[in-house]
Amino acid sequence: MFEIGLGHYLTLGAIIFTIGLVGIFLNRKNVIVLLMSIELILLAVNINLVSFSIFINDLSGQIFTLFILTVAAAEAAIGLAIIVVYFRNAGTIKVEDIEKLKG
Amino acid sequence: MIAHAVFFYFFSFIAIVSAIMVTAARNTVHSVFFLILDFISISCLFIMIGAEFLGMIMLIVYVGAVAVLFLFVVMMLNVAQQKNQWFGSSKSSSHIPIGLLVSLIIFVELIIVVGGWKYKPDLLNSSTITISSTISNTHSLGNVLYTDYIHLFQISGMILLVAMIGAIVLTFRERPGLKRQSYIKQISRERKDGVQVVEVESNKGVKIDV
Repeated sequence: MFEIGLGHYLTLGAIIFTIGLVGIFLNRKNVIVLLMSIELILLAVNINLVSFSIFINDLSGQIFTLFILTVAAAEAAIGLAIIVVYFRNAGTIKVEDIEKLKG
Repeated sequence: MIAHAVFFYFFSFIAIVSAIMVTAARNTVHSVFFLILDFISISCLFIMIGAEFLGMIMLIVYVGAVAVLFLFVVMMLNVAQQKNQWFGSSKSSSHIPIGLLVSLIIFVELIIVVGGWKYKPDLLNSSTITISSTISNTHSLGNVLYTDYIHLFQISGMILLVAMIGAIVLTFRERPGLKRQSYIKQISRERKDGVQVVEVESNKGVKIDV
């Protein structure tokens, strides 16, 4: 209980990953919340990489985390730009109303 | 050891609760605030576990840049009034049980992996870049990042550049009726286009707009 090991951190990562996944599956209103859920999932992946890196005593996990951070920042910028353009064209960003592709 | 456990449970409890609130908050601005809280508590965990540089970088990149970007977009699009309902839509609620089921299965699989995972001895021996205890975390990261991973480092810089140009190109909009400075026009202007020498007869004057 009081001995915090690798399993605790991996469980935390799993819980946050699942919360982000549920947010993507069940959110029907707002695309921005979808993007935030993707950020949560990337955060969970980062937790896993850093905790493995610390507990295996290998630095490469932290370096991969740095690159994932870079890609996450780029993805957030591009995604928000796409949302802004879509809102300008369609006037809404509700998930329900985005049905041009009839998915 | 007990202090470590107490702080771990404290920060992870805050992280999980705020992650739930990110997806469940009815107001999008509140979601962004809880996202900031989540990032801060996770970066506290990183600092606690011994990855100080990554914790600080998380603070700078996520809280300083990404979350503020989210806030700006939420405020620009004025969607804060659009309530973020979960089960409100009746016409498309058939996916909710399946979504919950799939999420539950994925969670159980992740937990099974965590529970069944043990330190494999060959995995411990395969560690290529060992963490040195004499130099700081930032120092050792810099030692590796600028030598072994220099190409990946430069490529990630390229990714950021492409993302920046892409975001600008996507959101750029040509407004009609806006007077803009054009360097090409200015530089390619010649004397015969702009200056006209006119012989003016006395007592007649001259028409300017010809």
